[in-house]
Amino acid sequence: MELLQKLEKKINSELNTKINSSKIKNNQIYLNIDSNDITDVILFLKNNENTNFKQLIDITAVDYPENEKRFKLVYLLLSHEFNARIIVDSFINENEITPSLTKIYPAANWMEREVFDMYGIQFKDHPDLRRILTDYNFNGYPLRKDFPLTGHTEVRYSEEEKKVIYEPVKLEQNYRNFDYESPWEGTKYIKEQTKK
Amino acid sequence: MTKKSKTLNLNFGPQHPAAHGVLRLILELDGEVVEKADPHIGLLHRGTEKLIENKTYIQAIPYFDRLDYVAPMNQEHAFALAIEKILKIEVPIRAQFIRVMFCEIGRILSHILNITTHALDVGALTPSLWGFEERETLMTFYERVSGSRLHANYFRAGGVHQDLPRGLDEDISKFATKFPKIIDDLETLLTDNRIFKQRNVDIGIVTKQDALDYSFSGVMLRGSNVPWDLRKSQPYDCYEQMEFKIPVGKNGDCYDRYLCRIEEMRESVKIINQCLDQMPKGPIKSFDGKITPPSKKAIKESMEALIHHFKLFTEGYRVDEDEIYTAVEAPKGEFGVYLISDGSSKPYKCKIRAPGFSHLQAMDYLIKGHMLADVPAVLGSLDIVFGEIDR
Repeated sequence: MELLQKLEKKINSELNTKINSSKIKNNQIYLNIDSNDITDVILFLKNNENTNFKQLIDITAVDYPENEKRFKLVYLLLSHEFNARIIVDSFINENEITPSLTKIYPAANWMEREVFDMYGIQFKDHPDLRRILTDYNFNGYPLRKDFPLTGHTEVRYSEEEKKVIYEPVKLEQNYRNFDYESPWEGTKYIKEQTKK
Repeated sequence: MTKKSKTLNLNFGPQHPAAHGVLRLILELDGEVVEKADPHIGLLHRGTEKLIENKTYIQAIPYFDRLDYVAPMNQEHAFALAIEKILKIEVPIRAQFIRVMFCEIGRILSHILNITTHALDVGALTPSLWGFEERETLMTFYERVSGSRLHANYFRAGGVHQDLPRGLDEDISKFATKFPKIIDDLETLLTDNRIFKQRNVDIGIVTKQDALDYSFSGVMLRGSNVPWDLRKSQPYDCYEQMEFKIPVGKNGDCYDRYLCRIEEMRESVKIINQCLDQMPKGPIKSFDGKITPPSKKAIKESMEALIHHFKLFTEGYRVDEDEIYTAVEAPKGEFGVYLISDGSSKPYKCKIRAPGFSHLQAMDYLIKGHMLADVPAVLGSLDIVFGEIDR
């Protein structure tokens, strides 16, 4: 914990103009930065000898359709030397093109491809920005909140055409999303009851 | 006349026994030398992350079994830990021991599969016959504790689903005493085997620097002489109390990774023995009635308990707004869950960090300049399982 506080202080003092907010929680450091500063901040975190975040664990995004800046890009880094994890995030617009980290971490290649595949976020200077997990010729971005869980197309083997064909999804029964949430909290002595 | 070198494109997989599932690898060959490898993945993509966003926390656990399906409980562990950290639930000691023990059983399950199929890929048939017998024994332990050989759905936030059935601890103990002998037997077949060594030594070398740059974890990282294991460096549950060593490789080639896995199985047996010795009696689930369903007895006696049971399995429990990344040392490397909860009973976002994804990504770097025949050897030592890579 002390070590994390020291790390956070160090990062804040070196990069103070670039950091919007930072906090320590659950044994991790959380940083929020502007999307223009992603390359600078990550490069600093990787190469500064007081931070040494040598490993990029993952890149992902979160979709908040109601926000003006729709996506939150998240970078998870790990420092073996200080045994510390940091979560760097940054809000971006739907059509914003963010810099690619492939030059800094080669591992970012597929991770950015996945983010592109799932959310449609473009990365500048990415060597090979193709879809990765979804089908060839897939349309849409599945992890966006406005993409339906059932998808748009389904495949089957057509006896007439002697090949696999794509058709719009047809469900015998519509997908139903029940709202079970209720404000009822239950009685207080439930806790006691399970104790017996 | 100008001499033109022509490269040949070869399509390896998606239905190839050495592709360990549904990997489509497009190889550019110059003669027999691989110039470029382009893995096409996603043939087993099921949209796990999207599905989890639409399910309650309880319903999401079974999806984790289906990621790395050779060591299901290790995945569940990461998810359970994530929820526990957000809700700040105490896990009873006995449950911690049970979870650690089954995680180590999972590690042995995965390593046996990997070592033996890796051997199969480079031409040895017998290890798989011997190894799969042991896997079967281990899977009966899974079945006895959870009711299912593979898709266990056994870990819960706050503990495990049910206590060990009578006699299971003795049977696991019997297995643990006899298993080191089986590892020795496997080693006599492979470790000094001339063909096995010719196919693996100095193949697919990963330097320390590259292992870090490519986000390797687990055996892939330790094989390159980086002593990093989350069970030691960021211990979770009762790993702190366990005594075990972290085997590391020297050269970072396929052979070193094989040796690491063999040694890790021995260490896992040690951990299982320690768990069995030290496991106290007691509860196996958190007492928090908001997370843990009431007992069968309580349901029969109390109306409130019945209602609560119903609420818990329809609405699910709610998880406070938070954002967390939790990782465990799965057999294949660092398996992590990045979870964003919004106070409702369903996760807002659940990103799964699969170790195999980064390992397979490095395929091009690993295989460049090697022969075509080395492709199965390198693939085998990467320990890839498509359940977790494609998600």
